Amino acid sequence: MPFQLSALQIVVVIFAVFAWSRALLRLRDRKISFWEFVFWTIIWAAVAVTSLLPQTADIVSDFFGVSRPIDLAVYVSILLLLYLVFRLYVKQEQQVQETTKLVRTIAIKHPKRK
Amino acid sequence: MDKKVVIVIAAYNEERCIGDVIAELHKAGYDNVVVVDDGSKDATVQKASAAGATVLQHAINRGQGASLKTGIDYAVNEDADVIVTFDADGQHRVEDLPAIITPVAEGKVDVTFGSRFIGKPKHIPLVRKILLKGSILVLWLFYGVRMTDAHNGFRALSHEAAQQIRITADRMAHASEIVEEVHRLNLRFKEVPVVIRYTDETLKHGHGSFSESVRILTTMLMKKFFLR
Repeated sequence: MPFQLSALQIVVVIFAVFAWSRALLRLRDRKISFWEFVFWTIIWAAVAVTSLLPQTADIVSDFFGVSRPIDLAVYVSILLLLYLVFRLYVKQEQQVQETTKLVRTIAIKHPKRK
Repeated sequence: MDKKVVIVIAAYNEERCIGDVIAELHKAGYDNVVVVDDGSKDATVQKASAAGATVLQHAINRGQGASLKTGIDYAVNEDADVIVTFDADGQHRVEDLPAIITPVAEGKVDVTFGSRFIGKPKHIPLVRKILLKGSILVLWLFYGVRMTDAHNGFRALSHEAAQQIRITADRMAHASEIVEEVHRLNLRFKEVPVVIRYTDETLKHGHGSFSESVRILTTMLMKKFFLR
């Protein structure tokens, strides 16, 4: 049986390779750590493999006991988004505290005495 | 032995009261008054400065907790022996200051908290009373500290206590945070009866509105479970 690819599959694979190459460039520029690069490699490899061989998604969802791959994708997305929101919250809180520290330092350095 | 007492006042748009509050403090003999202007849009800085206080200016608004921390840090740098936090809107009475200061100045405790619920409490608006009692319960549940009052901004800290206490909550949750810190650092504290003057002006301000209470609780929960 000839291995035929749909246009969507080709686009997804090209995009995954492009995105992965960006991650590689950022690793070379030392903008991301090695383990972050590994993380993005796994993500984009999974995207490419799922696109080329959709049946692998069934194997994975069966492994997790979820009937449809799309359900698994939704569950994982929700978890991932929650985690990202939490990380953003922590980051934002750190920024707020840094700003306060800066404002405080300036205020203490320039007291206005009568 | 004379102790250096520094009164720290956090002020945000307080041009109406700040001058009188400082004048009253000076009249009672408290010369070291530090006003932390929290990015006010009105003439708070000019009024405070004209009244003879040292003014520290936040370039942008950072909240009451952040302002008090700025004032406390400044007072520590200035070698204050006792640091008092006092409200800008006239709700604290100058005549209660000796009771707040003396236990710390004499080294009997590290921190004193003003409490409007010990002694003979004056009239406290009902909604405020319910919210305050709720806050007291939260302090007990969170930190195991039994207080008779919470979120009373009238307190005195020794130099050493002020150096150790970490205030990270920029806004109103700092009041609970200070109690938590006192508990964490095992500092000696005492509650002192004080009278809070409730006027239209003071009731407009933070501590005690429902939405503010919810915000404080959210901040406390996030700090307790996620940010430590």
